[in-house]
Amino acid sequence: MPAKPKVALYWCASCGGCEESVVDLAEDILFVIENVDIVYWPVAMDFKKHDVVAMKDGSISACLVNGAIRTSEQEEMAKLLRQKSKLLIAYGSCAHTGGIPSLSNQFSREQILKYVYEECPSVDNPQKARPQVRLVENGRETTIPAFRNVVRALDQVVDVDYYIPGCPPTPKLLKQALLAILSGQLPEKGTVLAPDVALCEECPRKDSKPIDLAFTEFKRPHQILIDPEKCLLAQGIICMGPATRGGCEALCTKGNMPCTGCFGPTSRVRDQGAKILASICSNIAAKDDEGIQKTLEGIPDPVGTFYRYGLAQSLLRRRVDLGAEPTTEAR
Amino acid sequence: MTEKKEEIRTGFYICHCGHNIGSVVDCPAVVEYVKGLPGIAVSRDYKYMCSDPGQELIAQDIREQKLNRIVVASCSPLLHEETFRKATSMGGLNPFYFQMVNIREHDSWVHTDKNAATEKAMDMARAAVARVRFHRALEKKKAPIHPDVLIVGAGIAGIHAALTLANAGKKVYLVEREPTIGGHMAMFDKTFPTLDCAACILTPKMSSVKNHPNITMWTYSEVTSVDGYVGNFTIKVRHKPRYIIEDLCVGCMACIDACVFKQKFEDEFNQGLSKRKPVYIPFPQATPQVVVIDPEQCLKLKTGKCKESCAEACDRKAIDFNQKETIEEIKVGTVIISTGFKSFDAKKLPQYGWGIYPNVYTALEIERLVNASGPTGGDVVMRDGKHPKRIGIIHCVGSRDESTNKWCSRVCCMYSLKLAHLLHEHSEAEIYNFYIDMRTPGKSYEEFYDRLLKEGVNFVRGRVAEITDWAMNKDEEDHLVIRVEDTLAGFVRRIPVDMVVLATGLEAREDAQDVRRLFNIGCGGEGFFMERHPKLAPVDTFTEGIFIAGACQGPKDIPDTVAQAGAAAAQCLALIDAGAIELEPNTAFIDEQSCSGCKSCISLCPYTAITFDAVKKKAVINEALCKGCGTCVGACPSSSIIQNLYEDDQIFTEIEEVLAHV
Amino acid sequence: MSEQFEPRIVAFFCTWCTYTAADLAGVSRLKYAPNIRVIRVMCSGRIDPQFILEAFAHGADGVLIGGCHPGDCHYIEGNYKCLRRAHLLKRVVQDMGIEKERFRLEWISAAEGDRVKTVVNDMVAQIKAIGPLRLPSRFKQWDAEMRELEATVNHTEEMTHASQA
Ligand SMILES: Cc1cc2nc3c(=O)[nH]c(=O)nc-3n(C[C@H](O)[C@H](O)[C@H](O)COP(=O)(O)OP(=O)(O)OC[C@H]3O[C@@H](n4cnc5c(N)ncnc54)[C@H](O)[C@@H]3O)c2cc1C
Ligand code: SF4
Ligand code: SF4
Ligand code: FES
Repeated sequence: MPAKPKVALYWCASCGGCEESVVDLAEDILFVIENVDIVYWPVAMDFKKHDVVAMKDGSISACLVNGAIRTSEQEEMAKLLRQKSKLLIAYGSCAHTGGIPSLSNQFSREQILKYVYEECPSVDNPQKARPQVRLVENGRETTIPAFRNVVRALDQVVDVDYYIPGCPPTPKLLKQALLAILSGQLPEKGTVLAPDVALCEECPRKDSKPIDLAFTEFKRPHQILIDPEKCLLAQGIICMGPATRGGCEALCTKGNMPCTGCFGPTSRVRDQGAKILASICSNIAAKDDEGIQKTLEGIPDPVGTFYRYGLAQSLLRRRVDLGAEPTTEAR
Repeated sequence: MTEKKEEIRTGFYICHCGHNIGSVVDCPAVVEYVKGLPGIAVSRDYKYMCSDPGQELIAQDIREQKLNRIVVASCSPLLHEETFRKATSMGGLNPFYFQMVNIREHDSWVHTDKNAATEKAMDMARAAVARVRFHRALEKKKAPIHPDVLIVGAGIAGIHAALTLANAGKKVYLVEREPTIGGHMAMFDKTFPTLDCAACILTPKMSSVKNHPNITMWTYSEVTSVDGYVGNFTIKVRHKPRYIIEDLCVGCMACIDACVFKQKFEDEFNQGLSKRKPVYIPFPQATPQVVVIDPEQCLKLKTGKCKESCAEACDRKAIDFNQKETIEEIKVGTVIISTGFKSFDAKKLPQYGWGIYPNVYTALEIERLVNASGPTGGDVVMRDGKHPKRIGIIHCVGSRDESTNKWCSRVCCMYSLKLAHLLHEHSEAEIYNFYIDMRTPGKSYEEFYDRLLKEGVNFVRGRVAEITDWAMNKDEEDHLVIRVEDTLAGFVRRIPVDMVVLATGLEAREDAQDVRRLFNIGCGGEGFFMERHPKLAPVDTFTEGIFIAGACQGPKDIPDTVAQAGAAAAQCLALIDAGAIELEPNTAFIDEQSCSGCKSCISLCPYTAITFDAVKKKAVINEALCKGCGTCVGACPSSSIIQNLYEDDQIFTEIEEVLAHV
Repeated sequence: MSEQFEPRIVAFFCTWCTYTAADLAGVSRLKYAPNIRVIRVMCSGRIDPQFILEAFAHGADGVLIGGCHPGDCHYIEGNYKCLRRAHLLKRVVQDMGIEKERFRLEWISAAEGDRVKTVVNDMVAQIKAIGPLRLPSRFKQWDAEMRELEATVNHTEEMTHASQA
């Protein structure tokens, strides 16, 4: 019997949800364990970095990395795992498009550190102490990873073979991906392993969507009682569904919440936010500046709304007037 | 985008356009630069790419060098894209494997810095070379041309075009807003330079229009809506109620005699120089010879109470007070717009005293006054009842003037000479013409001016400052005084006269903007309709199948108007006889696999070309209705719509490459 | 690029009005700044907000959209769709730190060749005053931080190789 394919899982800047989603495979996890060898999965099993370092290059058949890349350690691990894996798979929104962590690309490193360590209402830090990359105390040196200026998607740091989208991906997509890997029947490199059609296709509210939306105002989910059957856009709620890849089984819209775009755009789109903006704005009813402006007041934070999971992978990537401070030197 | 990978072999050609491009853009340098770009098999410059040898160069290279993409850097694609597409297909390649770079209008003509202009040409060439890789073979669709023609406005332009087309056997709908056809020309007594009687040359044409079996003449009517596209327009025409059954009225005018009113309403046709009744016929030769009732003035129509003596007097029972406006729908394939001009409103120049001094007249008023069938039968009697002994004609009123209209109205000098002659002939008065420059460029026009000089008309060169009744000496008392700087004599003169004629200029009609929107054509800054090209397409518009003729396109005299009308008719005939027109294949289509059926696009299409397929739950575009604006393409949130010739990848590539600096 | 800063402006002009106006500017031999590169589309409605962002991302210092005046679009209403998108896109672009002078929407009719000249000159002057945007070099600068640590990573890799040997 040939050796079972080796699989690794790793997390970077993420909430941990992606790791849990692996467990969401439920009884299918048994099938996984039966068919593959998990050689690295820090969250669940006891492996150390040096175990990976010791592996032969390309000896891991597939490595699933979730989380965005924000620290030097994540960069380093991404590179290491790339080296050791035949297939490197970006797993989940953060690795795929930057995810929620990349919303912080609207702020400078200094703004973030200042807020987190000084200004945040729940922080008590009278000396305004900040973590240091290198600290020598009592003759002993400690180092921690450097905190980068920019949050990146996995493929902005290393070469990525496939993407499994979602925040988190559904068990169904994971299983399909694993089966594809096991059978070796994989699509073209760079493919996102989910349908290439927008969410509306599978949304149960689809039939209730009117042909002419003619928006006059937008509301946020907490501002109205949402009709559980009717198309959310028809209720004036921004739903990213039309600009978001399907395959999530419409979990949010079934749960009476709008799609927020975690599966990223379809393959034909270069900037998800720009495209939802185009379709929504085109369908505004007003024709005059004032009327348009008024309707748009209902979208107070377009960047946060349209790029919730994808700022790192958007065309602009980050607030462009932010510089890059040195990240490794002690302050 | 999954066609099998062919080797790209692009031919690049840059045109010197004589010195037009070559003197600013370093063409050989661009040629060398382009040679280094990916996929380039041939890179050349040539003096005149659009010439036959230039085109043959492309065709030959395609055949000999096995080129499969062509880029030409020359003038605007709006001018020569078709030419080079043809050259491309002459070489045996699908014409849409072609891209054009505009380095004349957008580069050499607008920039002076040669380095910057050359760099720009390189950037644009690089973008086109990269873009053209993504081009695909496309087929032009053909739209059949409905053989009927709509003509809007029945002045001499509309009349002439209608007769030309009708004589060629085409059916014409001639729609005129006024109760009669004829336009301005019908108001004139004589026409320059020949001084032939306007009525004598116009009236026969008017009656031919009326009697022509191929012409449907609708007076007192207006176009209210226009749908469709070249070859296939659906037009709605509103017929205003005349309160007369047109088919019954024989124009005997018994009703007019019988009307209870005296002649108390201003006669528009006579420029208010006479009065008429609420029931009237605009002028004796009006066509059709049918009276009309003004509902604002008629007692019966205004108050419901009247003896209705007119109706009683009509033995043909042609009067119908219950007539309502009707809307008629027609189908035509082509349209000619010939809505003419409006005269400058002399009130805007109060220093000339029109509307203040009764003896100041506009040229149009004089046209009526000297007219044998005008309000005075041609007797030049002024509003105060006197006959003028001295008359001043002021040129360029509302023309060539920064504060009113900048343009030259082209006919005023000539009609002022004509009026000088006619006024003198009818009144024996001494005539003064005040001009800035005498503009008589036309066949026999300068000779006409000579003739007037010999007839003893006085010419004073200078722009008149004001007309006043404020006398400075005995001679000026009870006269209008024209104050002018005589720029030939070099001093300011005051010339007392009895009558002043203002040669008011020509302007676009008040509703030109509405008409323009209705027919989706353009207006220039002055408000006249815009031709597709000032030299090469003077009667075409930017909307295929819609042509313009006459003074609606810009001030012009009758000979030019008639020539344009003939040209517009010929353009219609060319389309009709071809039977079909080729349409740009820049339509959009939806990739069924990719469409999520989100419906975002459906209501965006102005032509309702997009519908929702309820079975497949996807959107579909009806190619026949799509006009290729690309609005839905820009809006589709999952980029599932593709516009031919403007595909996302083509445009993205252009953006990237235009910026990929050397 | 070292000498004087010359802004790069990408313009999207609709065929029927603004592109024609630019042709007219040419025919009238008006002179304006050579910093603009025009991309022709049939209607301003075709202009996908992605195009604007793509232009910025690839190094445009400014992006200009030119379409027919409201009510004058050759396709009736394409320019209204463009206008609505531009309203929100302006906010997005500014929220992302791009100065508002860098993204401009102008209605220029086919007869307004002189406006092409004024608008282009004006935009070039404004952008000259605020300086370059040049995102590709900013991206490069941001990404330099990944090289900063390459030494360490390389070091690790050396170790890896050593341990394998
Ligand atoms: C005082 C004066 C004297 C002139 N004398 C001479 C001369 O001697 N010799 C010469 O060669 N030229 C002369 N001209 C110039 C001449 O008038 C024009 O060349 C000619 O009238 C232009 O004809 P047209 O058919 O284009 O326009 P018009 O004569 O203005 O006719 C346009 C027609 O369209 C109709 N119309 C307008 N809008 C609409 C609409 N929306 N729907 C339906 N119908 C509409 C109008 O009612 C009108 O009947 C003179 C001009 C002036 C002002
Ligand atoms: S906007 Fe795009 S995805 Fe939505 S219905 Fe139209 S074509 Fe389909
Ligand atoms: S390209 Fe324009 S005309 Fe064609 S379907 Fe789309 S919106 Fe309609
Ligand atoms: S055609 Fe110019 S904006 Fe639509």
